[in-house]
Amino acid sequence: MSEQTLTSAAAARGPLAMEAISLSKDFRIGRGHTLHAVRDVSFSLYRGAVIALVGESGSGKSTAARLLAGQERLTSGTIRLDGKQVEVSSRGDFRRYKSEVQLVFQDPFSSLNPIHTVRYHLERPVKLHQGKDVQVGQEVVALMEQVRLTPAKQFLAKYPHELSGGQRQRVSFARALAARPSVLLADEPVSMLDVSIRLEMLNLLDDLRRRFSLAMLYITHDIASARYFADEILVMYAGEIVERGPAEEVTQVPAHPYTQLLVASAPDPDNLGSALRGGGRRQGPATASGKPQNLDGAATQGCPFNPRCPFADDLCRQEDPALTQISPTRGAACWHLDVAAPELVSGPRRDGATTTT
Amino acid sequence: MSADPAADRAIDPAGSRADGRALDRATHRAASAAAGPAAGSSLADADADADADVGAPSPGPVLDIRDLSVVYRTPAGDVRAVDHVNLALGAGEVVGLAGESGSGKSTLAYGACRLLRPPALVTNGSVIYRGRRVSRPADILKMRTDELRRLRWREIAIVFQSAMNALNPVLNVRDQLLDAIHAHLKMPRDEARERAASLLDLVGIPRSRLRSYPHELSGGMRQRVMIAMALAAEPEIIIMDEPTTALDVVVQRDILAQIVELKDRLGFSILFITHDLSLLLELADRIAVMYAGQFVEIATSDEIHREAAHPYTKGLLNSFPSLRGARRELVGIPGSPPDLGNPPPGCPFVPRCGYARPECRDVDMRLLPVATSRDPDHVTACPFVLPDTPAPAVPSVASGSPPGKLGT
Repeated sequence: MSEQTLTSAAAARGPLAMEAISLSKDFRIGRGHTLHAVRDVSFSLYRGAVIALVGESGSGKSTAARLLAGQERLTSGTIRLDGKQVEVSSRGDFRRYKSEVQLVFQDPFSSLNPIHTVRYHLERPVKLHQGKDVQVGQEVVALMEQVRLTPAKQFLAKYPHELSGGQRQRVSFARALAARPSVLLADEPVSMLDVSIRLEMLNLLDDLRRRFSLAMLYITHDIASARYFADEILVMYAGEIVERGPAEEVTQVPAHPYTQLLVASAPDPDNLGSALRGGGRRQGPATASGKPQNLDGAATQGCPFNPRCPFADDLCRQEDPALTQISPTRGAACWHLDVAAPELVSGPRRDGATTTT
Repeated sequence: MSADPAADRAIDPAGSRADGRALDRATHRAASAAAGPAAGSSLADADADADADVGAPSPGPVLDIRDLSVVYRTPAGDVRAVDHVNLALGAGEVVGLAGESGSGKSTLAYGACRLLRPPALVTNGSVIYRGRRVSRPADILKMRTDELRRLRWREIAIVFQSAMNALNPVLNVRDQLLDAIHAHLKMPRDEARERAASLLDLVGIPRSRLRSYPHELSGGMRQRVMIAMALAAEPEIIIMDEPTTALDVVVQRDILAQIVELKDRLGFSILFITHDLSLLLELADRIAVMYAGQFVEIATSDEIHREAAHPYTKGLLNSFPSLRGARRELVGIPGSPPDLGNPPPGCPFVPRCGYARPECRDVDMRLLPVATSRDPDHVTACPFVLPDTPAPAVPSVASGSPPGKLGT
């Protein structure tokens, strides 16, 4: 069953803005070695909705964002913006594309130029993307008010080192908004910030999404924040989407063993008894192994998660499962969903091949 | 208990200018100092005689930080990064130090180990170390250089924040481990090599990685190497400064589980610094919450989790989204920390506090037991708000950073 039959949980929010169809990206590393950073990834972004891309470092989530942002060339696949296939062949094309699709980086400490003021950081994109006849000064102040860097006058002349982490990230949000984009790709926008500030920044992003009806891609390794912030969660592992569905469903009843591992790894203060202080590791199927994934090793054949998966068998080691539909809005790529998530799969939904002894 | 005589003496001669002010604060804080050492008694036999004289060898906290103050000397005046704090670390205990960036938690730990360089100055306090291997308690702040060298790594080791930068990029893992071993233990070469290999075993890295260079390791592996380095000389105390902040949750959980396992096996104490309170709730025995260079609340993890008293702690607890259970209303903490060069009078949290009232400007930030708590060691700096005080309807400050936080 192909994932095209899946309806995105975010589709109800607004019109389709951007489509990624079977995106793949290979990196050549050394002689004869290829790293499949993104493999056959498809999803859609809708105006006014947040799609979260969740996964660990090296899972390809940032590469996916860079592909959408036009920062990397696709190895294969198609990107459609407002129904039209994106083809960036000239600088003008690229700039027009950029004024629709903006990327916010993770690290506000290195994404701003230390030798330029806040004013410079914001004036430049305004001039580039909004034409000559715009009141640049007023526009910059308006941008700063939108990201609540107020009073704007006080911040205009400041350099990045004079700002706190949260303020810097506000500047990078404002810089992205300066192009008046319809799509905002946020690559771990809050993970470098203090826990106490994260919430405020997510609220700000949520507010911007609503106000400008942005189609937002929220990339994170913190699945708990995705639960609160996103409409739909896509879980990525080794370049593939292994599970997708409505945020609340995916976090509360994870289907794929990897999602289960992610959920089990999140700090859980409500469950102090079984926690780390007990001395032992948390018991459960998902903690079979937390070893860093070996992207160039065993995962190349079969299901990429099989070396860490407690349910892996020969089938998993030989064939990579496709994303299988569980409900109209949910899918997971696992041969053994009947074992991993029996409560989700009632009865033999899939082909006989999946039910091994 | 009266204040330690050493507490009133400036450690660095250059720091003496700050003394006048420090002194009178020290005296009015002597009362609160008494709460500190006794709080370290949750494990071992420390409860027997926590109030014993400093001079006599006695069971007590392994590390006893008393009335410590650290300032950063700047042209615009002193920035009081750590302001008269008391903290005790018991044997085998995990104490969490929680707070936002800039709250002074790293400065506190580094100041206690004499790792700060000018413009940072320790202006006040004492740090008593009582290790099993040392004959009598000693004040780290008064140690000679050679005594310090013996203390470091062998008695107190540190896992620094960013494993990316803390390892030497031109040395392989084995040589870095050997370096630490040779510098702090007398050991024949063969034995040292075997020890380096077994240290890697300890943290779950295959021996084949001994010859790897830091750039060949993943972030999680580098952090494990850092932990192995810290364990090299079997220290009594390990200070961990945000050891897992740069890692993703799966690796983080794995490393934390490993740390706890090692702690139980080798019996060291941990001072764990992080801004992630949710992590500490699971990991630490006791948690000290720091804000603007002062402690605002100290209690066991369970107490903090069930009945946090201070509005800042409550704010931190409401800041992180929970994965399990019903979706809660997330409140967060609006605004940003105060300018420590020019701290506001009274409680420094007032501008961001939803419970704030006029009297807060006169609060002296003394840590006193929470009236409603059964645990006398649960102390808070807020005399007005109790664990069951209903949350204020609207935060006093609209979201958005208040201007003028940065020194102009």
